[in-house]
Amino acid sequence: MFYREAGDFKTSYTDDSQTFPIRIDRVGYYVALIAAFAVVPFVINDYWVNAIFLPFLIYSIAAIGLNILVGYCGQVSLGTGGFMAVGAYACYKLMTSFPDVNIFFHIIIAGVITAAVGVLFGLPSLRIKGFYLAVATLAAQFFLVWLFNRVPWFYNYSASGQISAPERTIAGVPITGAETAPWAAYLFCLVFVLASALIARNLTRGMAGRKWMAIRDMDIAAEIIGVNPLKAKLSAFAVSSFFVGISGALFFAVYLGAVEVGEVFGINKSFLVLFMVIIGGLGSIFGSFAGAAFLVLLPVLLKNTLVGGLGWPTDLASHLEFVIVGGLIIVFLVAEPHGLAQLWRITKEKLRLWPFPH
Amino acid sequence: MRQKLLTAVTTAAIIAGPAFAELTIIDTSYRTGPYAANGVPFSDGYQDYFTLLNARDGGIGGEMINLVECETGYNTEKGVECYEATKNEGDGALIYQPLSTGITYQLIPKASADAIPMHTMGYGRTSAKNGGVFEWIFNYPATYWDGASHAITHILNENDGDISGHKIALVYHNSAYGKEPIRTLEELAEKHGFELMLQPVDHPGQEQGSQWLQIRRQQPDNVIMWGWGVMNQVAIQEAVNIRYPMDQFIGIWWSGSENDVKSAGAAADGYKALTFHNLGSDYPIYDDIQEHVVDTGNAAGAGDQLGTVLYNRGMYAAMLAAEAVKTAQEMHGVSAINAAQMRDGMENLEMTEEKMVDLGLPNFGPEFTVSCENHGGNGFGAVSQWNAEAGEFELITDYFQSDQEIIAKLVKEDSMQYAEENGIEPRC
Repeated sequence: MFYREAGDFKTSYTDDSQTFPIRIDRVGYYVALIAAFAVVPFVINDYWVNAIFLPFLIYSIAAIGLNILVGYCGQVSLGTGGFMAVGAYACYKLMTSFPDVNIFFHIIIAGVITAAVGVLFGLPSLRIKGFYLAVATLAAQFFLVWLFNRVPWFYNYSASGQISAPERTIAGVPITGAETAPWAAYLFCLVFVLASALIARNLTRGMAGRKWMAIRDMDIAAEIIGVNPLKAKLSAFAVSSFFVGISGALFFAVYLGAVEVGEVFGINKSFLVLFMVIIGGLGSIFGSFAGAAFLVLLPVLLKNTLVGGLGWPTDLASHLEFVIVGGLIIVFLVAEPHGLAQLWRITKEKLRLWPFPH
Repeated sequence: MRQKLLTAVTTAAIIAGPAFAELTIIDTSYRTGPYAANGVPFSDGYQDYFTLLNARDGGIGGEMINLVECETGYNTEKGVECYEATKNEGDGALIYQPLSTGITYQLIPKASADAIPMHTMGYGRTSAKNGGVFEWIFNYPATYWDGASHAITHILNENDGDISGHKIALVYHNSAYGKEPIRTLEELAEKHGFELMLQPVDHPGQEQGSQWLQIRRQQPDNVIMWGWGVMNQVAIQEAVNIRYPMDQFIGIWWSGSENDVKSAGAAADGYKALTFHNLGSDYPIYDDIQEHVVDTGNAAGAGDQLGTVLYNRGMYAAMLAAEAVKTAQEMHGVSAINAAQMRDGMENLEMTEEKMVDLGLPNFGPEFTVSCENHGGNGFGAVSQWNAEAGEFELITDYFQSDQEIIAKLVKEDSMQYAEENGIEPRC
């Protein structure tokens, strides 16, 4: 009826290959963007930003990054936490060494540094595959965390081994530190999320993305048709680590403000982001957002309902939260093994045919 | 009929609606996760004390206490969520007691910016002792650096004041918490001429084989431990396995609860731990808790933690908070105090033996005073020892003071560095 291409004529190739070919999708996208940029900043408070929006946005970037590696290029990685730590510590060292440079550039450079580290740890992927590669990246996870705990230079020789973000401003508005206004932190992260999603989307449907997917689907066949596995795999590691590094830098500087590497960037973080990608949908940008939303928002929602709404004891609610989130993960994956993104895709297909499915 | 219904509805609304002008106190507890065994008794003690005040005295100074619990799971992200969710509860939160060094570091700048006092009793950032720099953070009655000095002083006393040439190992949780005492111990090593041997243990601390192998090889004269949660149990078990003499093994106050030693059985007998408050349940206040809290079915949690070390510590923390509220009420002449007045109350808190006797807690903690220059108390602590047969920790020393000379210097150094980094002008 309303959700279809009919009547929406495309007159150029650019139009034909756009991300949202259906008008209603496109309108929805722009409405969401306007709402995110022009409405949300005016209505949010500390709680909404620090408990909901910042973790959601930052985990989305991490999930997009990991999705490029796992979902598009088929290289399993358990090193996400370690790479996020690289981003965080790079950002910290840059912030404290060059206090006059804009924090915006620090975060991008932190991403670039993480990309370099990612490439280094991606080298084994040329020889080993699948589960074995997962183990190699696991080594990266443990090594990096150990390194940041072990070498005092990384945390500027502070007595506690913690890193904490000093106040940095953009045009006089604090972005990091305790005085940050909720809207400023939110908008800052939103800009990075939007840029990451746009870059990732356009990379994955271009030449680079096609090469990654060729490697993922069958690396020998890909090599025969002229894809250089060295370049494809390492570029996937680089791009993926770049995004993961940016998310780590934001996680530290904007969201938490003080970080202890073993606790915040431990193996649990790697699994969490991997689960986001799997639940959201491998090889889908939308899936990265959906997975991040599922694993960040659902526990908060459950907690607020059970403790705030029903007044249950906090420990009972907390245990139930694990049960419910775990149960829902199973339900969703049984219903649709390809994740939330595939569910959404099927819904859209059905909507296009509705109300005349035959 | 209609009248009745109206009355019923109004009554229900009054009962359900938020009471006016309560004192909101936040308990960021952890009853789940790897550190739950320690989080539960502390939180139970903290809550039961306030429940007692509500039931027995009708709150503090006529104001009921609204205790809000929030589960952190010892996780910093959840800690942030809890803080943001509870800081505007009621008329605004009066005090936070996060019971996690990681969450404390996170909240120091936030709580300072929001002007909400935070009490990190015997944990957190030691240099917050300098109240001139850390206006909103308190860590009385003793800090980690006091603890490090207590342990060394105790070893000195055991060795007739001479430990030059001794080898002392520090087994510590490889995190901000565990790293805290290193700097103090290094200074003390220089002063007393002992050799310090560092043995970090990674979170959560179940793997300690290599650390204890090192200790077995190098045979240090003493082992000091900075552990929490499962790490304590494993360390004590490992020490038993290598037959390390238990009376040479001293844990910080967070490594000295019944949970930590019980699993090692009779072999753990003689293990020592520091403490800054007294132990056991032989106090008049326990009768009141039994009568007003346990017997009325209002005990927090399962109500089975009464009299344990960490329950006492939670109760002690609650008692100090309540005394600060009283001080604030007296100072400002209002009963419904706000967070800023609470801070004044904490900064002018004076704990004396008479006060503790009046509260039903004679000789429960050291006497101390808080001031703008000193948010950390006077640094008194004592040593307790595990008696496996009786199944309880017993104090084996009086309260004694830490090496103030060294600690004052370190506190000044570290807090001034923080002040410089964050552009804070010391208040005093």
